[in-house]
Amino acid sequence: MYATSYHRASSVEDAVKLKSANEEGKYLSGGMTLIATMKQRLAAPSDLIDLRHIPVLRGISIDGRKVTIGAATPHADVAASRELAAICPAICKLAGHIGDPHVRHMGTIGGSIANNDPAADYPAGLLGLGATIVTDRRSIRADDFFTGLFDTALEEGEMVTSVTFEAPEKAGYAKFNNPASRFAMTGVFVAKTAGGVRVAVTGAGSSGVFRHPGFEQALASNWSADALGSVAVDASNLMSDMHANAEYRANLVKVMAKRAVISAG
Amino acid sequence: MTKVTLTVNGRAMSGECEDRTLLVHFIREKLGLTGTHVGCDTTQCGACVVHMDGHSVKSCSILAVQASGSSITTIEGLAGQGELHPVQAAFKEHHGLQCGFCTPGMVMTAVDLINREGGTLTEETVRAGLEGNICRCTGYHNIVKAILAADAEMATGRQAAE
Repeated sequence: MYATSYHRASSVEDAVKLKSANEEGKYLSGGMTLIATMKQRLAAPSDLIDLRHIPVLRGISIDGRKVTIGAATPHADVAASRELAAICPAICKLAGHIGDPHVRHMGTIGGSIANNDPAADYPAGLLGLGATIVTDRRSIRADDFFTGLFDTALEEGEMVTSVTFEAPEKAGYAKFNNPASRFAMTGVFVAKTAGGVRVAVTGAGSSGVFRHPGFEQALASNWSADALGSVAVDASNLMSDMHANAEYRANLVKVMAKRAVISAG
Repeated sequence: MTKVTLTVNGRAMSGECEDRTLLVHFIREKLGLTGTHVGCDTTQCGACVVHMDGHSVKSCSILAVQASGSSITTIEGLAGQGELHPVQAAFKEHHGLQCGFCTPGMVMTAVDLINREGGTLTEETVRAGLEGNICRCTGYHNIVKAILAADAEMATGRQAAE
Protein backbone atom coordinates (compact mmCIF):
# COMPACT_ATOMS: atom_id res chain seq x y z
CA MET A 1 0.00 0.00 0.00
CA TYR A 2 1.21 3.49 -0.81
CA ALA A 3 1.44 5.98 2.04
CA THR A 4 -1.74 7.80 2.97
CA SER A 5 -2.94 10.18 5.69
CA TYR A 6 -5.85 9.17 7.88
CA HIS A 7 -8.50 11.57 9.21
CA ARG A 8 -11.39 10.62 11.45
CA ALA A 9 -14.43 12.78 10.70
CA SER A 10 -16.64 13.70 13.64
CA SER A 11 -19.62 14.97 11.64
CA VAL A 12 -20.91 15.08 8.07
CA GLU A 13 -19.82 18.74 7.78
CA ASP A 14 -16.38 17.84 9.10
CA ALA A 15 -16.07 15.01 6.55
CA VAL A 16 -17.08 17.19 3.62
CA LYS A 17 -14.64 19.88 4.75
CA LEU A 18 -11.79 17.37 5.06
CA LYS A 19 -12.59 16.00 1.62
CA SER A 20 -12.58 19.43 -0.03
CA ALA A 21 -9.27 20.25 1.66
CA ASN A 22 -7.75 17.03 0.29
CA GLU A 23 -8.61 16.75 -3.36
CA GLU A 24 -6.84 13.43 -3.87
CA GLY A 25 -8.46 12.01 -0.76
CA LYS A 26 -11.25 9.46 -0.50
CA TYR A 27 -14.06 8.82 1.92
CA LEU A 28 -13.49 5.59 3.84
CA SER A 29 -16.46 3.72 5.25
CA GLY A 30 -16.08 0.02 6.10
CA GLY A 31 -13.15 -0.18 3.71
CA MET A 32 -13.98 -3.70 2.56
CA THR A 33 -13.32 -2.71 -1.04
CA LEU A 34 -11.16 0.39 -0.65
CA ILE A 35 -8.52 -1.05 1.71
CA ALA A 36 -8.24 -4.19 -0.42
CA THR A 37 -7.83 -2.05 -3.54
CA MET A 38 -5.18 0.10 -1.83
CA LYS A 39 -3.28 -3.02 -0.76
CA GLN A 40 -3.11 -4.03 -4.40
CA ARG A 41 -1.93 -0.52 -5.25
CA LEU A 42 -4.88 -0.11 -7.58
CA ALA A 43 -5.94 2.93 -5.56
CA ALA A 44 -3.66 5.43 -3.88
CA PRO A 45 -5.69 8.17 -2.19
CA SER A 46 -3.49 10.80 -0.54
CA ASP A 47 -5.91 10.98 2.38
CA LEU A 48 -8.60 8.81 3.91
CA ILE A 49 -11.58 10.40 5.60
CA ASP A 50 -13.11 7.84 7.95
CA LEU A 51 -16.91 8.05 8.20
CA ARG A 52 -17.46 5.20 10.66
CA HIS A 53 -17.42 7.40 13.73
CA ILE A 54 -20.13 9.84 12.69
CA PRO A 55 -23.08 8.86 14.89
CA VAL A 56 -25.87 10.19 12.63
CA LEU A 57 -24.69 8.00 9.76
CA ARG A 58 -25.34 4.79 11.64
CA GLY A 59 -28.60 3.02 12.35
CA ILE A 60 -31.95 1.98 10.94
CA SER A 61 -35.09 3.98 11.62
CA ILE A 62 -38.60 2.94 10.70
CA ASP A 63 -41.59 5.24 10.61
CA GLY A 64 -44.69 3.31 9.60
CA ARG A 65 -43.63 1.80 6.26
CA LYS A 66 -40.87 4.32 5.64
CA VAL A 67 -37.38 2.91 6.18
CA THR A 68 -34.21 4.99 6.57
CA ILE A 69 -30.83 3.30 6.77
CA GLY A 70 -27.79 5.40 7.69
CA ALA A 71 -24.95 5.20 5.18
CA ALA A 72 -22.43 3.83 7.69
CA THR A 73 -24.73 1.04 8.87
CA PRO A 74 -22.91 -2.29 8.48
CA HIS A 75 -24.48 -5.14 6.53
CA ALA A 76 -24.66 -7.25 9.72
CA ASP A 77 -26.96 -4.67 11.37
CA VAL A 78 -29.31 -4.63 8.38
CA ALA A 79 -29.29 -8.43 8.27
CA ALA A 80 -30.11 -8.72 11.98
CA SER A 81 -32.76 -5.97 12.28
CA ARG A 82 -36.01 -7.55 13.47
CA GLU A 83 -37.97 -4.32 12.91
CA LEU A 84 -36.82 -4.20 9.30
CA ALA A 85 -37.41 -7.92 8.79
CA ALA A 86 -41.01 -7.42 9.90
CA ILE A 87 -41.76 -5.14 6.95
CA CYS A 88 -39.07 -5.89 4.34
CA PRO A 89 -37.35 -9.23 4.98
CA ALA A 90 -35.87 -9.31 1.47
CA ILE A 91 -33.39 -6.51 2.21
CA CYS A 92 -32.29 -8.26 5.43
CA LYS A 93 -31.74 -11.48 3.49
CA LEU A 94 -29.77 -9.59 0.85
CA ALA A 95 -27.53 -7.97 3.49
CA GLY A 96 -27.04 -11.30 5.28
CA HIS A 97 -25.51 -12.89 2.21
CA ILE A 98 -22.94 -10.26 1.31
CA GLY A 99 -19.37 -11.56 1.57
CA ASP A 100 -18.80 -13.35 4.88
CA PRO A 101 -19.61 -12.58 8.55
CA HIS A 102 -16.41 -10.56 9.09
CA VAL A 103 -16.96 -8.47 5.96
CA ARG A 104 -20.56 -7.87 7.04
CA HIS A 105 -19.36 -6.48 10.37
CA MET A 106 -17.35 -3.77 8.58
CA GLY A 107 -18.86 -3.18 5.14
CA THR A 108 -21.59 -0.54 4.94
CA ILE A 109 -24.57 0.18 2.72
CA GLY A 110 -23.29 3.65 1.82
CA GLY A 111 -19.87 2.32 0.88
CA SER A 112 -21.37 -0.43 -1.22
CA ILE A 113 -23.60 1.83 -3.30
CA ALA A 114 -21.02 4.62 -3.65
CA ASN A 115 -18.61 2.03 -5.05
CA ASN A 116 -21.33 0.52 -7.29
CA ASP A 117 -19.48 -2.68 -8.06
CA PRO A 118 -21.36 -4.32 -10.95
CA ALA A 119 -21.60 -7.53 -8.92
CA ALA A 120 -22.60 -5.99 -5.57
CA ASP A 121 -25.95 -6.86 -4.00
CA TYR A 122 -27.19 -3.54 -2.61
CA PRO A 123 -27.49 -1.76 -5.99
CA ALA A 124 -30.07 -4.39 -7.03
CA GLY A 125 -31.91 -4.03 -3.71
CA LEU A 126 -32.13 -0.25 -3.86
CA LEU A 127 -32.99 -0.08 -7.54
CA GLY A 128 -35.57 -2.82 -7.03
CA LEU A 129 -37.14 -1.02 -4.09
CA GLY A 130 -37.17 2.32 -5.89
CA ALA A 131 -35.15 3.77 -3.01
CA THR A 132 -33.91 7.31 -2.65
CA ILE A 133 -30.26 7.98 -1.90
CA VAL A 134 -29.75 10.98 0.37
CA THR A 135 -26.42 12.81 0.25
CA ASP A 136 -24.93 15.78 2.07
CA ARG A 137 -26.51 18.06 -0.55
CA ARG A 138 -29.56 16.41 -2.24
CA SER A 139 -31.76 13.36 -2.76
CA ILE A 140 -31.22 11.11 -5.77
CA ARG A 141 -33.62 8.43 -7.03
CA ALA A 142 -31.98 5.03 -7.34
CA ASP A 143 -32.99 5.09 -11.03
CA ASP A 144 -30.70 8.09 -11.50
CA PHE A 145 -27.99 7.10 -9.01
CA PHE A 146 -26.42 3.99 -10.55
CA THR A 147 -24.93 5.25 -13.80
CA GLY A 148 -22.46 2.55 -14.88
CA LEU A 149 -19.62 0.27 -13.84
CA PHE A 150 -18.25 1.64 -10.55
CA ASP A 151 -19.99 4.88 -11.54
CA THR A 152 -22.70 6.85 -9.76
CA ALA A 153 -24.39 10.24 -9.94
CA LEU A 154 -22.28 11.40 -6.96
CA GLU A 155 -20.37 14.58 -7.69
CA GLU A 156 -16.82 15.28 -6.54
CA GLY A 157 -16.81 15.36 -2.74
CA GLU A 158 -20.48 14.41 -2.46
CA MET A 159 -21.20 11.89 0.26
CA VAL A 160 -24.06 9.43 0.79
CA THR A 161 -25.64 10.00 4.20
CA SER A 162 -28.61 7.61 4.11
CA VAL A 163 -30.97 5.65 1.92
CA THR A 164 -34.74 5.65 2.29
CA PHE A 165 -37.54 3.59 0.82
CA GLU A 166 -41.13 2.62 1.39
CA ALA A 167 -41.45 -1.00 2.46
CA PRO A 168 -42.92 -2.83 -0.53
CA GLU A 169 -46.01 -5.00 -0.47
CA LYS A 170 -43.79 -7.93 -1.42
CA ALA A 171 -40.14 -8.35 -2.31
CA GLY A 172 -37.63 -11.11 -2.86
CA TYR A 173 -33.95 -11.48 -3.73
CA ALA A 174 -32.11 -14.43 -5.18
CA LYS A 175 -28.50 -14.60 -6.21
CA PHE A 176 -26.18 -17.11 -7.75
CA ASN A 177 -22.95 -16.72 -5.79
CA ASN A 178 -19.53 -16.74 -7.21
CA PRO A 179 -18.40 -19.70 -5.07
CA ALA A 180 -15.12 -18.02 -4.08
CA SER A 181 -15.92 -14.33 -3.61
CA ARG A 182 -19.66 -14.53 -2.80
CA PHE A 183 -20.24 -11.65 -5.17
CA ALA A 184 -23.33 -12.12 -7.33
CA MET A 185 -22.62 -13.85 -10.63
CA THR A 186 -26.22 -12.80 -11.10
CA GLY A 187 -28.64 -11.47 -8.51
CA VAL A 188 -32.24 -10.41 -9.06
CA PHE A 189 -34.37 -8.30 -6.73
CA VAL A 190 -38.12 -8.21 -7.36
CA ALA A 191 -40.55 -5.91 -5.58
CA LYS A 192 -44.23 -5.08 -5.71
CA THR A 193 -44.21 -1.43 -4.68
CA ALA A 194 -46.81 1.30 -4.51
CA GLY A 195 -45.34 2.61 -7.74
CA GLY A 196 -45.62 -0.75 -9.52
CA VAL A 197 -43.55 -3.89 -9.96
CA ARG A 198 -39.79 -3.40 -10.15
CA VAL A 199 -37.15 -5.95 -11.12
CA ALA A 200 -33.46 -5.11 -10.77
CA VAL A 201 -30.56 -7.28 -11.92
CA THR A 202 -26.99 -7.14 -10.63
CA GLY A 203 -23.86 -9.13 -11.49
CA ALA A 204 -24.94 -9.60 -15.09
CA GLY A 205 -25.16 -6.30 -16.97
CA SER A 206 -22.11 -4.97 -18.79
CA SER A 207 -23.02 -1.48 -17.53
CA GLY A 208 -23.84 -2.56 -13.99
CA VAL A 209 -27.20 -2.93 -12.30
CA PHE A 210 -30.28 -2.57 -14.55
CA ARG A 211 -34.06 -2.93 -14.50
CA HIS A 212 -35.78 -5.53 -16.66
CA PRO A 213 -38.96 -4.00 -18.19
CA GLY A 214 -40.06 -7.33 -19.72
CA PHE A 215 -40.09 -9.04 -16.32
CA GLU A 216 -41.77 -6.03 -14.72
CA GLN A 217 -44.65 -6.08 -17.22
CA ALA A 218 -45.08 -9.84 -16.92
CA LEU A 219 -45.16 -9.72 -13.12
CA ALA A 220 -47.48 -6.70 -13.06
CA SER A 221 -50.17 -8.69 -14.80
CA ASN A 222 -49.40 -12.02 -13.10
CA TRP A 223 -47.21 -12.11 -9.97
CA SER A 224 -45.85 -15.63 -10.31
CA ALA A 225 -42.64 -17.35 -11.36
CA ASP A 226 -44.54 -18.97 -14.25
CA ALA A 227 -45.25 -15.55 -15.75
CA LEU A 228 -41.52 -15.14 -16.47
CA GLY A 229 -41.16 -18.37 -18.46
CA SER A 230 -41.93 -16.84 -21.85
CA VAL A 231 -40.15 -13.49 -21.34
CA ALA A 232 -36.92 -13.24 -23.32
CA VAL A 233 -33.63 -12.12 -21.70
CA ASP A 234 -31.36 -10.39 -24.18
CA ALA A 235 -27.76 -11.59 -23.74
CA SER A 236 -26.23 -8.86 -25.87
CA ASN A 237 -25.76 -6.40 -22.99
CA LEU A 238 -24.59 -8.95 -20.44
CA MET A 239 -21.07 -9.57 -19.14
CA SER A 240 -18.89 -12.44 -20.25
CA ASP A 241 -15.94 -13.42 -18.08
CA MET A 242 -14.01 -16.45 -16.87
CA HIS A 243 -16.91 -17.41 -14.57
CA ALA A 244 -19.78 -17.30 -17.04
CA ASN A 245 -20.49 -16.10 -20.56
CA ALA A 246 -23.35 -13.78 -21.50
CA GLU A 247 -25.68 -16.59 -22.59
CA TYR A 248 -25.15 -18.41 -19.30
CA ARG A 249 -25.85 -15.19 -17.39
CA ALA A 250 -29.01 -14.58 -19.46
CA ASN A 251 -30.29 -17.94 -18.26
CA LEU A 252 -29.26 -17.13 -14.68
CA VAL A 253 -31.17 -13.84 -14.84
CA LYS A 254 -34.38 -15.73 -15.53
CA VAL A 255 -33.72 -18.48 -13.01
CA MET A 256 -32.82 -15.99 -10.26
CA ALA A 257 -35.86 -13.83 -11.09
CA LYS A 258 -38.11 -16.86 -10.70
CA ARG A 259 -36.48 -17.78 -7.39
CA ALA A 260 -36.82 -14.20 -6.19
CA VAL A 261 -40.55 -14.18 -6.96
CA ILE A 262 -41.00 -17.50 -5.18
CA SER A 263 -39.10 -16.24 -2.12
CA ALA A 264 -41.24 -13.07 -2.10
CA GLY A 265 -44.35 -15.25 -1.86
CA MET B 1 3.72 8.31 12.51
CA THR B 2 0.45 8.18 14.38
CA LYS B 3 -0.19 6.96 17.88
CA VAL B 4 -2.69 4.11 18.02
CA THR B 5 -4.30 3.23 21.33
CA LEU B 6 -6.21 0.01 21.78
CA THR B 7 -7.57 -2.08 24.59
CA VAL B 8 -6.19 -5.51 23.71
CA ASN B 9 -7.42 -8.52 25.65
CA GLY B 10 -8.47 -6.16 28.42
CA ARG B 11 -5.18 -4.25 28.65
CA ALA B 12 -4.60 -0.72 27.38
CA MET B 13 -1.84 -0.77 24.77
CA SER B 14 -0.48 1.80 22.39
CA GLY B 15 2.15 2.17 19.72
CA GLU B 16 3.26 4.37 16.86
CA CYS B 17 2.72 3.35 13.27
CA GLU B 18 2.25 4.70 9.78
CA ASP B 19 -1.32 5.44 8.77
CA ARG B 20 -1.10 2.68 6.16
CA THR B 21 -0.16 -0.01 8.70
CA LEU B 22 -2.69 -2.81 8.79
CA LEU B 23 -4.18 -3.78 12.13
CA VAL B 24 -2.80 -7.31 11.85
CA HIS B 25 0.76 -6.04 11.42
CA PHE B 26 0.31 -3.66 14.34
CA ILE B 27 -0.91 -6.50 16.55
CA ARG B 28 1.87 -8.86 15.50
CA GLU B 29 4.82 -6.53 15.13
CA LYS B 30 4.16 -3.62 17.51
CA LEU B 31 2.32 -5.48 20.23
CA GLY B 32 4.16 -8.78 19.79
CA LEU B 33 0.99 -10.86 19.74
CA THR B 34 1.76 -13.32 16.97
CA GLY B 35 -1.18 -15.66 17.46
CA THR B 36 -3.13 -13.72 14.84
CA HIS B 37 -1.91 -14.91 11.45
CA VAL B 38 -1.51 -13.41 8.00
CA GLY B 39 -2.58 -16.00 5.47
CA CYS B 40 -3.77 -14.70 2.13
CA ASP B 41 -3.49 -10.98 2.83
CA THR B 42 -6.46 -10.47 0.48
CA THR B 43 -9.49 -10.67 2.83
CA GLN B 44 -10.29 -14.22 1.88
CA CYS B 45 -8.75 -16.75 4.26
CA GLY B 46 -9.74 -15.46 7.70
CA ALA B 47 -6.50 -16.46 9.47
CA CYS B 48 -6.31 -12.86 10.75
CA VAL B 49 -9.76 -12.72 12.39
CA VAL B 50 -9.89 -10.83 15.69
CA HIS B 51 -12.81 -9.25 17.52
CA MET B 52 -13.16 -5.48 17.37
CA ASP B 53 -15.67 -4.08 19.87
CA GLY B 54 -17.15 -7.55 20.14
CA HIS B 55 -17.49 -8.38 16.44
CA SER B 56 -15.30 -10.59 14.28
CA VAL B 57 -13.31 -8.67 11.66
CA LYS B 58 -10.46 -9.42 9.28
CA SER B 59 -7.51 -7.52 10.70
CA CYS B 60 -5.64 -7.63 7.37
CA SER B 61 -8.31 -5.42 5.86
CA ILE B 62 -8.46 -2.71 8.52
CA LEU B 63 -5.89 -0.03 9.20
CA ALA B 64 -4.56 0.14 12.75
CA VAL B 65 -5.56 3.84 12.82
CA GLN B 66 -9.15 2.87 11.94
CA ALA B 67 -9.22 0.61 14.97
CA SER B 68 -7.70 3.15 17.34
CA GLY B 69 -9.84 3.60 20.45
CA SER B 70 -11.52 0.22 20.06
CA SER B 71 -11.40 -2.90 22.14
CA ILE B 72 -9.66 -5.85 20.48
CA THR B 73 -9.71 -9.50 21.45
CA THR B 74 -7.12 -11.81 19.89
CA ILE B 75 -6.63 -15.54 20.23
CA GLU B 76 -4.25 -14.85 23.16
CA GLY B 77 -7.13 -13.28 25.08
CA LEU B 78 -9.49 -16.27 25.06
CA ALA B 79 -8.04 -18.69 27.58
CA GLY B 80 -8.45 -17.67 31.18
CA GLN B 81 -6.19 -18.65 34.09
CA GLY B 82 -4.54 -21.61 32.43
CA GLU B 83 -7.80 -23.07 31.16
CA LEU B 84 -8.63 -23.28 27.50
CA HIS B 85 -11.73 -21.47 26.25
CA PRO B 86 -14.48 -24.07 25.52
CA VAL B 87 -14.02 -23.51 21.78
CA GLN B 88 -10.26 -24.10 22.05
CA ALA B 89 -10.88 -27.21 24.17
CA ALA B 90 -13.39 -28.50 21.60
CA PHE B 91 -10.92 -27.98 18.72
CA LYS B 92 -8.38 -30.03 20.69
CA GLU B 93 -10.86 -32.73 21.62
CA HIS B 94 -12.34 -33.10 18.12
CA HIS B 95 -9.07 -32.71 16.25
CA GLY B 96 -10.31 -29.53 14.54
CA LEU B 97 -6.88 -28.69 13.20
CA GLN B 98 -3.96 -30.24 11.43
CA CYS B 99 -1.23 -27.75 10.57
CA GLY B 100 -2.88 -25.16 12.80
CA PHE B 101 -2.26 -22.11 10.65
CA CYS B 102 -5.94 -21.22 10.19
CA THR B 103 -6.86 -22.19 13.75
CA PRO B 104 -6.64 -18.78 15.48
CA GLY B 105 -9.01 -17.31 12.89
CA MET B 106 -11.28 -20.36 13.01
CA VAL B 107 -11.51 -20.20 16.79
CA MET B 108 -12.19 -16.44 16.85
CA THR B 109 -14.83 -16.92 14.15
CA ALA B 110 -16.44 -19.75 16.11
CA VAL B 111 -16.56 -17.66 19.29
CA ASP B 112 -18.22 -14.79 17.39
CA LEU B 113 -20.70 -17.21 15.82
CA ILE B 114 -21.61 -18.72 19.19
CA ASN B 115 -21.92 -15.21 20.67
CA ARG B 116 -24.43 -14.30 17.97
CA GLU B 117 -26.31 -17.53 17.41
CA GLY B 118 -25.32 -19.72 20.34
CA GLY B 119 -27.73 -22.51 21.22
CA THR B 120 -29.30 -22.56 17.76
CA LEU B 121 -26.36 -23.68 15.65
CA THR B 122 -26.70 -26.51 13.16
CA GLU B 123 -24.17 -28.06 10.80
CA GLU B 124 -25.61 -25.86 8.05
CA THR B 125 -25.37 -22.59 9.98
CA VAL B 126 -21.86 -23.41 11.18
CA ARG B 127 -20.73 -24.06 7.62
CA ALA B 128 -22.35 -20.80 6.50
CA GLY B 129 -20.64 -19.02 9.41
CA LEU B 130 -17.27 -20.31 8.20
CA GLU B 131 -17.78 -18.70 4.79
CA GLY B 132 -14.91 -16.29 5.40
CA ASN B 133 -12.37 -18.80 6.72
CA ILE B 134 -10.28 -21.19 4.69
CA CYS B 135 -8.63 -24.38 5.94
CA ARG B 136 -6.43 -26.31 3.53
CA CYS B 137 -5.92 -29.39 5.74
CA THR B 138 -8.96 -30.67 7.54
CA GLY B 139 -11.73 -30.60 4.99
CA TYR B 140 -13.69 -28.68 7.67
CA HIS B 141 -15.46 -31.76 9.06
CA ASN B 142 -13.78 -31.74 12.44
CA ILE B 143 -13.89 -27.95 12.67
CA VAL B 144 -17.68 -28.08 12.27
CA LYS B 145 -17.86 -30.91 14.82
CA ALA B 146 -15.74 -28.95 17.29
CA ILE B 147 -17.86 -25.80 16.96
CA LEU B 148 -21.11 -27.72 17.44
CA ALA B 149 -19.65 -29.45 20.49
CA ALA B 150 -18.45 -26.14 21.96
CA ASP B 151 -21.85 -24.58 21.31
CA ALA B 152 -23.58 -27.41 23.16
CA GLU B 153 -21.05 -27.22 26.00
CA MET B 154 -21.45 -23.46 26.35
CA ALA B 155 -25.27 -23.70 26.20
CA THR B 156 -25.13 -26.17 29.08
CA GLY B 157 -22.87 -23.76 30.95
CA ARG B 158 -25.35 -20.93 30.37
CA GLN B 159 -28.26 -23.04 31.62
CA ALA B 160 -26.34 -24.04 34.72
CA ALA B 161 -25.59 -20.38 35.40
CA GLU B 162 -29.27 -19.38 35.14
